[in-house]
Amino acid sequence: MREILEILEKDARTTPEEIARMLGMAPKVVASTIKKLEKDGVILKYKAILNKEIDRIEDSAVRALIEVRITPQKNLGFESVAERIYKFPEVASCYLMSGAYDLLVVVEGKNINTVANFVAEKLSPMEHVRGTVTHFILKKYKEDGDILKTSEKNKRQAITL
Amino acid sequence: MRISKVVQKIPPSGIRVFFDLVLGMKDVISLGVGEPDFVTPWNIRERAIDSIEKGCTSYTSNKGMVELRDAVSKYLKRKYALDYDPEEEILITVGVSEGSDLAFRAIVDPGEKVLVPEPYYVSYGPMTSLCGGKPVFIKTDPGNGFKITPKDIIRSCDSRTKGIILNYPNNPTGASYSKSELKNLADVIIKKDLILISDEIYGELTYDSEHVSIAAFPKMRERTIYLNGFSKAFAMTGWRIGYACGPADIIGAMTKIHQYTMMCVPIMSQFAALEALKASDRPVAEMKREYRRRRELVITRLNEIGLPCHKPEGAFYAFPSIKSSGLSSMDFSKELLKREKVAVVPGTAFGESGEGYVRISYASGIDKLKEALYRIERFIKTVKK
Repeated sequence: MREILEILEKDARTTPEEIARMLGMAPKVVASTIKKLEKDGVILKYKAILNKEIDRIEDSAVRALIEVRITPQKNLGFESVAERIYKFPEVASCYLMSGAYDLLVVVEGKNINTVANFVAEKLSPMEHVRGTVTHFILKKYKEDGDILKTSEKNKRQAITL
Repeated sequence: MRISKVVQKIPPSGIRVFFDLVLGMKDVISLGVGEPDFVTPWNIRERAIDSIEKGCTSYTSNKGMVELRDAVSKYLKRKYALDYDPEEEILITVGVSEGSDLAFRAIVDPGEKVLVPEPYYVSYGPMTSLCGGKPVFIKTDPGNGFKITPKDIIRSCDSRTKGIILNYPNNPTGASYSKSELKNLADVIIKKDLILISDEIYGELTYDSEHVSIAAFPKMRERTIYLNGFSKAFAMTGWRIGYACGPADIIGAMTKIHQYTMMCVPIMSQFAALEALKASDRPVAEMKREYRRRRELVITRLNEIGLPCHKPEGAFYAFPSIKSSGLSSMDFSKELLKREKVAVVPGTAFGESGEGYVRISYASGIDKLKEALYRIERFIKTVKK
């Protein structure tokens, strides 16, 4: 099962038949295992990884990491505030952190103004939010294990013994 | 004549023409490559860069840095239960290529014979000839997965037979030997009092069982030259670094030649190799898992297509029979290249008994392998019509 996940994580388009061949399993077993992983939510969804450094795609040209300090609520901790925040579609990721601040919120926007407005109008004024610090990302080198650079040409010779 | 008789006698490579044909073509999917498609893991590259930045640019001890020999000794003990003294019994070489050349030169006198099981890695024959020796090629049975048997050895020996070279997992067939098969081979090698050169460069890439070194058997250590290197398992072909281990007298003799010809292995490569041994279990395991998946894919597809193929136990080669096409290995490879732009290596590159077979390397990405196999299938269909 772990190997099926490893293969799909590398290339989600690998078909159950191909995975079955690679692992010496029956295609039916692979297909049903994948179904189960999907049902259990281990596999959330399949999507393409875009290199937005090459082709600046509208609405997501700017990304900022925002440190958010919040006052935890009785019995609810950080959960309810976090939920209020991560439900905004502008929020790409949201993490509860140890250390000097509480939530790390990754916000995507068309340009600096969009993100700044989101912080000024939505995030900062929110109840229980004590303060924010915004860091804009200038350049992405690597994301989730993928280096965002067109890979170098294979320099191997065509035939070696 | 300016060229020495010894060199003149080495036959020119029969498949050179084919290689030239490949080099002249564009957009070829090459399954003809004998090296990993992975780049050397970053921690290894970083270590070499660091050593250059720190100004480590000198010669090292002829035998190689003592830290590296120590690390090799520990690695071999941990992996294969081999026990070599880093002071006297380990020599760092410029790949297994230099290691095997030194081994032949250290043990073969003019007129003496060395047994070379077919199909064989291309260098063994010429290396034997260069020291005046005579390679005796032994055909192996495809039905037995191209493995050599004790009987093969016994019937090929005479009074002038000095040694035998084994390469397992094998390039080009991927065949390897189990512990009991090795035991049987070891028995006749001892009985016939042969020196064994054991090229185990693909040892780490053994998929269904643990690789066993024949040098670990009783009474084999004293007559075995164990060769290994970093090229394949650590994806370090361009660094040119490997090692030879054996009894002190033979390693001493090899070191003598090495010090007059090579001096030492480049120090940057030695630092890289040290890092490889210390902290690369994870990337090596990942690469191995990936090779194993590709092997399953390639072997299943080849058999479906109608090119019967043994499941190789190690390395990254498949060696299918192409006899059903009715073509010779060379014609098959040429036509496949011309019509479908897929490059494979004719089996005859590895000796006469490679006729009827081609070597397919699966050291390529899954996507490329899938496309190449699809093209081979299309090719087979047109040939058979």
